Amino acid sequence: MTEIPKEEYVLKCTSACAGCSSSLILRYVLKAAGPDTVLVIPACCTSVIQGIYPNTAMNVPIYNVAFAAAAACASGMSEAFQSAGKKTNVIVYAGDGGTVDIGIQALSGAFERKTDFLYICYDNEAYGNTGMQRSGSTPIGARTTTTPGGKTHSKKDLDGIVAAHDPPYMATACSAYPQDLFKKVQKALSIRGPKFLHILAPCPPGWRYSSEKTIEMGKLAVKSGMWILYEREYGKVTINGPSKAAMIKPVPVEDYISVQGRFKGISKEALESLKSQAERNAKRLSLEEKGIC
Amino acid sequence: MFEIRIHSRGGQGGVTAARLLALAAFRDGKFATACPFYGAERRGAPVVSFVRIDDKPIKVYSQIRTPDLVVVLDTSVMDVVDVLQGLKDGGKVLLNATHGGDLKGHKTYVVDLTGIALKQNLVVAGSPILNTPVLGALAKIGIISPESAKISISEMFSDERNVRAAEAAYEELVE
Amino acid sequence: MLTIATGNKAVAAAVRQANPAVIAAYPITPQTEIVEQMAEYVTAGELKSRYIPVESEHSAMAACIGASITGVRTFTATSSHGLLYMHEMINWAAGARLPIVMANVNRALGPGWNVWAEHTDAFQERDTGWLQVFVSTVQEAYDATLMAFRIAEHNDVLLPVMVNLDGFTLSHIMQSLETVNPGDFIPPLHLPHAIDPAHPAGYGTLTGPDDYFKFRWDIERSMRDSVKVIRETEQDFADRFGRSYGMTEEYRCEDADVVVIAMGTLGKEAEVAIDLLRKEGIRAGSMRIRWLRPFPTLDLAGRDVVVIDRDYSFGFGGILAQSLKAKHRCEPYSVIAGLGGQEVTYDDIAGFIRDRKPGEEYWFGVKA
Repeated sequence: MTEIPKEEYVLKCTSACAGCSSSLILRYVLKAAGPDTVLVIPACCTSVIQGIYPNTAMNVPIYNVAFAAAAACASGMSEAFQSAGKKTNVIVYAGDGGTVDIGIQALSGAFERKTDFLYICYDNEAYGNTGMQRSGSTPIGARTTTTPGGKTHSKKDLDGIVAAHDPPYMATACSAYPQDLFKKVQKALSIRGPKFLHILAPCPPGWRYSSEKTIEMGKLAVKSGMWILYEREYGKVTINGPSKAAMIKPVPVEDYISVQGRFKGISKEALESLKSQAERNAKRLSLEEKGIC
Repeated sequence: MFEIRIHSRGGQGGVTAARLLALAAFRDGKFATACPFYGAERRGAPVVSFVRIDDKPIKVYSQIRTPDLVVVLDTSVMDVVDVLQGLKDGGKVLLNATHGGDLKGHKTYVVDLTGIALKQNLVVAGSPILNTPVLGALAKIGIISPESAKISISEMFSDERNVRAAEAAYEELVE
Repeated sequence: MLTIATGNKAVAAAVRQANPAVIAAYPITPQTEIVEQMAEYVTAGELKSRYIPVESEHSAMAACIGASITGVRTFTATSSHGLLYMHEMINWAAGARLPIVMANVNRALGPGWNVWAEHTDAFQERDTGWLQVFVSTVQEAYDATLMAFRIAEHNDVLLPVMVNLDGFTLSHIMQSLETVNPGDFIPPLHLPHAIDPAHPAGYGTLTGPDDYFKFRWDIERSMRDSVKVIRETEQDFADRFGRSYGMTEEYRCEDADVVVIAMGTLGKEAEVAIDLLRKEGIRAGSMRIRWLRPFPTLDLAGRDVVVIDRDYSFGFGGILAQSLKAKHRCEPYSVIAGLGGQEVTYDDIAGFIRDRKPGEEYWFGVKA
């Protein structure tokens, strides 16, 4: 097993909800990144989680910036550090709304310009910080405060959009698999250029399950094939162990759906759509891994 | 203050001619401003640009309404634009042409800039260059000194044919 | 060196000498020539700046913010819709106390599409905490840009500075330009709150009303202190290079019974109108407001005041006229002129002064 450093950069005074996976993810991200790191945070749950001025729960500099601006702000920061001959890691840590919706243009621009930075989208599949409104990343059928009848549109293919920019490294991860996450952050930071991590972040109040089930929820997402752990390194796809296993013997998608209040009363059509998307994703990635497409 | 209005078509270098003229006047030790009038500028459409020359700093930004000299780089614009509009009594006209026409009694100078450019093989993208030879004609009229005309052209263009074309225009200008 | 240049090229020449570490660039008419020129300097190796060709103006300002907070000098340029598109980040830059310098080539706002001079773009950013200077000649565009870096970065200020020049009328006109060797006129930037991983801190963290209120007051205190810094900078510039402008450029105001107040190139053309009126025996003077923020204090007591606004606040009035009215308790004759590049000559300006009706508003060229 990979040795994970004992140093803590997320201190024990965050304002995170009980069972929050986002702060857990950030804990491992920063352990992998180390102290010579600056976090760039657009409006998202982490805006609150980091604490209230004059305090901060993060033991690295954390630069808060407007919702749409994270990737562009990080572009400037990365170039400035390079001009000063510094090797400081610049990491954007953004929610799904700040990434797939309002921040997508800046993200695309920074990746097209081959900015040297790591962009992490922690995805709790809605605008969590404002009380769970639908985002482009909310799955079909999920209830949010702005989709009280369940979302009628599918989750946006963020990974497809990022892959189209041909970054040297991109990967998915999940809070329930910290070793895997830790290694991916380390690998990403060892590569020059724009790197991308898309991390599923189960959210107890948003997804409506009890706080102690956060790890279980992440595991179910992977085991059901609703979330696939994989890496794309210089275009080459590798599906990671837990998802390989899930592709051979998946747990039913219903096992993942039924334990979350947000999917209560989901229509048959929406459920079928979720299932067929999961199958399509698995098939496509398997073919890509084999080099067939 | 001496005010010049240059008529041309988009792409013929009227704006550059204005800049060259201002630069030459400036090298003569005068104050000068050159400004294009920016419309929805399209290649081939009639355009105007302005040059002001004075012995003291120029504070005027508005367009030239009553020019002392009108320069027409392409006489075909005269079919659609009244190039003499506002020309002062005693104002002069410089035409890129082989012969003059009836210009309501205004003193008219004529020089075949197109022919000079073609003779020097000064052609870019199929169009003869008019903005450097015109400086020679303007020097002959006395707006700028011949020396400054050459300096101005050399500062903006390295190809010596531009200076030679200006010299030819200086020689060939007729009243 | 004495040469001839456009307003845009003059700004670019000054920025080159200020040598920013990072330039964010996005094209927009009539500013584009500035970012093109910066790209040429960088490509030719004459400037070592990192040049970020961003995908929008919002990102241009965001990139400047990200760069500036590491403690390096930054520059960008924009105009009109570009300025408004970065509005959110313009506020952020000032709130974050970042000494970013930006050239804004003043242009009207759509619809309809109009690329010509108007000041409404910059006026819409007047409450953001940026210092704003309006220039009237190619030389002044150069001089003000050099001074902008020093003023913004002065530790008693630490606020961004916007250098405004009229679209086309100044951005594309060619006039004489004397460049200088700035030497140590702009000292190295020392940003006291620069990001340093050795000393982790939260920037822009969630802030309660008490602290937030203090931060706002701090911006205002620096804005007030900036008046002194502007004067010192202008004085040092004059001592070194022989040119000075002042907060407001006054022309033949000493004995004036009536003053015309304008900004940008109209403010310069107004001086010609003053000469004309003086010949007629009218004791007129001109005040060209250079610094919109911090807003100047003018000597208007006992004088008739004619204000030319190349901007407008619908349902309120000419913004400059109304600001002067509020600050100086005067009753200006408020002339709205030059919107969307409308041609305004010195003859027109002389007419405004001759026919002034204190307390009234007049839309030049519009039939009631």
